Amino acid sequence: MSDKHAIRNRKLAKVRQAFGEGKVIATERTVELLETVIEPGNRIILEGDNQKQGDFLAAQLARMNPTKVYGLKLCVSSVGLPEHLDLFENGLATELDFAYAAPQAARLASMVMKGTVKIGDVHTYVELYSRYFAELRPDVVCLVANETDKEGNLYTGPNTEETPPLAESAAFGGAIVIVQANKIVDRVRRVDIPGAWVDFVVESPKPFHLEPLFTRDPALITELRILMAMIAMKGIYAKYHPKVLNHGIGFNTAAIELLLPTYGAELGLKGKACTHWALNPHPTMIPAIESGFVEAISCFGGEVGMENYVASRPDVFALGRDGSLRSNRFFAQMVGHHADMFIGATLQIDSQAHSSTFTAERLVGYGGAPNLGSENRSRRHRSEAFLKAGAEAHDGEPMPQGRKLVVQIVETFQSAGKPTFVERLDAWDAMDKAGFSTPPVMIYGNDVSHIVTEEGVANLLLCRTPEEREQAVRGVAGFTPVGLKRDRRMVEKLRDRGAIQRAEDLGIRKSDASRDRLAARSVHDLVRWSDGRYQPPSRFRNW
Amino acid sequence: MNPNSHISYLEATARRRIAGLLDPGTFHEFIPPTLKRVSPHLGLFDAPVAFDDGAIIGDGKLDGKDVYVFAQEGKFRGGSLGEVHSAKITGLLRRAAQRKPAAVIGLFDSGGVRLEEANAGEIGATEIIRGIFDAQKAGVPVIGLLGGGTGCFGGAGITSCCCDALIASEEGRLSVSGPEVIETVMGVEAFDSRDRALVWRTTGGKNRFLFGTVAELVDDHIPAFRSAVIGAMTAQKPLRVADLKQDLERLKKRIEAYGECSDATQIWQKMGLDAENVAAMSSQELKAEKEHIVKI
Amino acid sequence: MENLSFEFEGGAKPLPVGAPYVVVGIVASSNLEVLAERKDLGGKCRFEIATAAANFSDAWKAVLIDFMDRSKPRDVLFSINDFSAIPPVVSLRLDQALEQLSCS
Repeated sequence: MSDKHAIRNRKLAKVRQAFGEGKVIATERTVELLETVIEPGNRIILEGDNQKQGDFLAAQLARMNPTKVYGLKLCVSSVGLPEHLDLFENGLATELDFAYAAPQAARLASMVMKGTVKIGDVHTYVELYSRYFAELRPDVVCLVANETDKEGNLYTGPNTEETPPLAESAAFGGAIVIVQANKIVDRVRRVDIPGAWVDFVVESPKPFHLEPLFTRDPALITELRILMAMIAMKGIYAKYHPKVLNHGIGFNTAAIELLLPTYGAELGLKGKACTHWALNPHPTMIPAIESGFVEAISCFGGEVGMENYVASRPDVFALGRDGSLRSNRFFAQMVGHHADMFIGATLQIDSQAHSSTFTAERLVGYGGAPNLGSENRSRRHRSEAFLKAGAEAHDGEPMPQGRKLVVQIVETFQSAGKPTFVERLDAWDAMDKAGFSTPPVMIYGNDVSHIVTEEGVANLLLCRTPEEREQAVRGVAGFTPVGLKRDRRMVEKLRDRGAIQRAEDLGIRKSDASRDRLAARSVHDLVRWSDGRYQPPSRFRNW
Repeated sequence: MNPNSHISYLEATARRRIAGLLDPGTFHEFIPPTLKRVSPHLGLFDAPVAFDDGAIIGDGKLDGKDVYVFAQEGKFRGGSLGEVHSAKITGLLRRAAQRKPAAVIGLFDSGGVRLEEANAGEIGATEIIRGIFDAQKAGVPVIGLLGGGTGCFGGAGITSCCCDALIASEEGRLSVSGPEVIETVMGVEAFDSRDRALVWRTTGGKNRFLFGTVAELVDDHIPAFRSAVIGAMTAQKPLRVADLKQDLERLKKRIEAYGECSDATQIWQKMGLDAENVAAMSSQELKAEKEHIVKI
Repeated sequence: MENLSFEFEGGAKPLPVGAPYVVVGIVASSNLEVLAERKDLGGKCRFEIATAAANFSDAWKAVLIDFMDRSKPRDVLFSINDFSAIPPVVSLRLDQALEQLSCS
């Protein structure tokens, strides 16, 4: 049984000998530092979030000498940089545990097939953070901060994201903490991570990379998506009144966000639904916030361009006394886990309502979706939505129970010839090629409560048998082969019962689905809604 | 604050723009899509055609006066000038020279010549230019509108500047070389085509308005374009040699004044504007500011 | 490009008085243009389709049959230039075309 604290002290002594006292390490000596504290077979956690990436440390890690350092086990929540996989290509690391890998999904798949990368497992974010306190305890943790002082007090600001659980797992688990900071200052504007938890800090030559992942241009929202958003809002939001919710990022949910002040107000949702959110600061939420729909938003991370807008709304966002946002992925994930509703999109759904985004050629990972989009049997507090869905789901059972709303909102086709609804998920091929023991499913069929497509909404909670559930899925699968195979009589019966509702059943005419209903139809409109507080990155401008 | 009360010109299809611009119900289309005069070239590239080849032409009334109108559909192959597309516009202009409506209104939304049609497109652009000159010689003003998402580039950019007056929204763009071309030739340090704020500072309606290339700056609102066109219908750019020589002198002075500047904000500063604020100003605010600036 | 042609028996009711033709949609990627013209087809409806996505004849037939069942138009020629639109977008454009054709 190794004494992690003893090992840690030994490493710290080696560093003191080579570098002297103090936590600040010269930028050009970073590789040397890493080679001093990392030993063969070590487990390294590298902060690589959805948005904030430890790009400098990743690059330095990839430059280490593979004869000195090898057999490393790498944990990154978001495999977003080529350097993450270079570590394997360069013979430094052998095993990978992660949650999300979309930017590197294709290269990862090919390296797994070649055997250059051995996947420990694929996780959701909170699952991965939890295991850092169990089987995946780290030896060295590399973090990212905006500012640090010489004592290692860190300001991580709007993009705090996953820094807290990573820092905690290291600081109290005998690991060494190394931080790349944009700037070393005399005094940080706010302490997000205390210096006592940090061993070494390095000033990176460039500010860390930040990706604007949660910005959706309203100009790209089509009438079809508006139709689907209206179906979801009338068939689900207006029916159950989910107050606490999470929107999985995408154009379908962006359409709903932009319809809240208009169609949502018509449906009487203001104050009755969509009051509390587990959500990043989506620019498309600005009209709803300005219209008084929103009481609070718990953010997983920040969003490029939204800093000033967020800082102007301390009533809605979690601002520190310094005036800037503090995000926290772990806490926001738990807000979303215990919410009334999740609604998001996916790439493939089968006739049993299982969904996945994996293919044999792209190991994309899960991100946070399974944690947000799953039935929550641990929930006890009651709400209108929880009880209403529960009454439907557990109708006829002796013990009454609540039910979380887990909604998939998808177009029936991803593109011409590429249906969303398939008989067999590509995830089975991913399983074979990557050597997983079960197919990588994002959301399991029995977690799903509703499916919304252009053809209508299927309420799986009202389905009594597996056959009914399957026909409910086929009944909204449109002109896909899965949809065309439907049992028409059964689907009509489900429609009579309200288990399937078409747009017309909800009183929605297709011609109602017009872009004029969007509260904002362009990024420029969002800027105007915010009176200039929203400052979109250049790629979104057309003025 | 709900900004969504405008009827967006940018978002509208070419047909919708015409319908909103002219007096209601007065538009009559020439060579309608039912005749299916499609591109004879796109089939070679296994590319889909459009029944109007991306150009809609016809006549109607504007504020009770007879006008001719052409509109490019920017979303069909970038509004590009193909053989049929150009021939339709040319034919409209030639008829205008004969029948003398109160004006020809051109709704430009084009990336330029259609590459697949190569020479036919190039010739088409020149024929349109000659058509504009012939209409003007016959005393018919040609008014151009710039506000579509594709912008007005290449051969279309050159053509549009032959108009008697141009009316633009800030979303509209006008140039000859497109942003990607500039970047490829001059390098990304000189011009980063992905810096969209830069692209609009350089080629957008506001800058063109401040330079005097665009006569009237309007909001992205079809009724605003309509009002501006009604107001511009008497515009007539002089076409005598003496006037052209004078314009050349003006352009020389302009290079002398601003040639050292490497960004539009520097030019605006020299003009006497609050350069940092120009992008955020409304069209009314900017029009008011323009009254006070150094005019070259 | 693939050219497809379909003809169906039309509904019983003639179209209300309105425009002789309408065009909806644009031939842009993932979109299509539908030209709907009133034409004496002996009570039938005809669909002439040029599509950039070949080998989807079955999907087109399903979409058209569904459209005819729902809307039951009569004596209309639909000419379509399709640039790989997904079936629900085709369905939407057909509905829009018929709706606008039936307005005066």
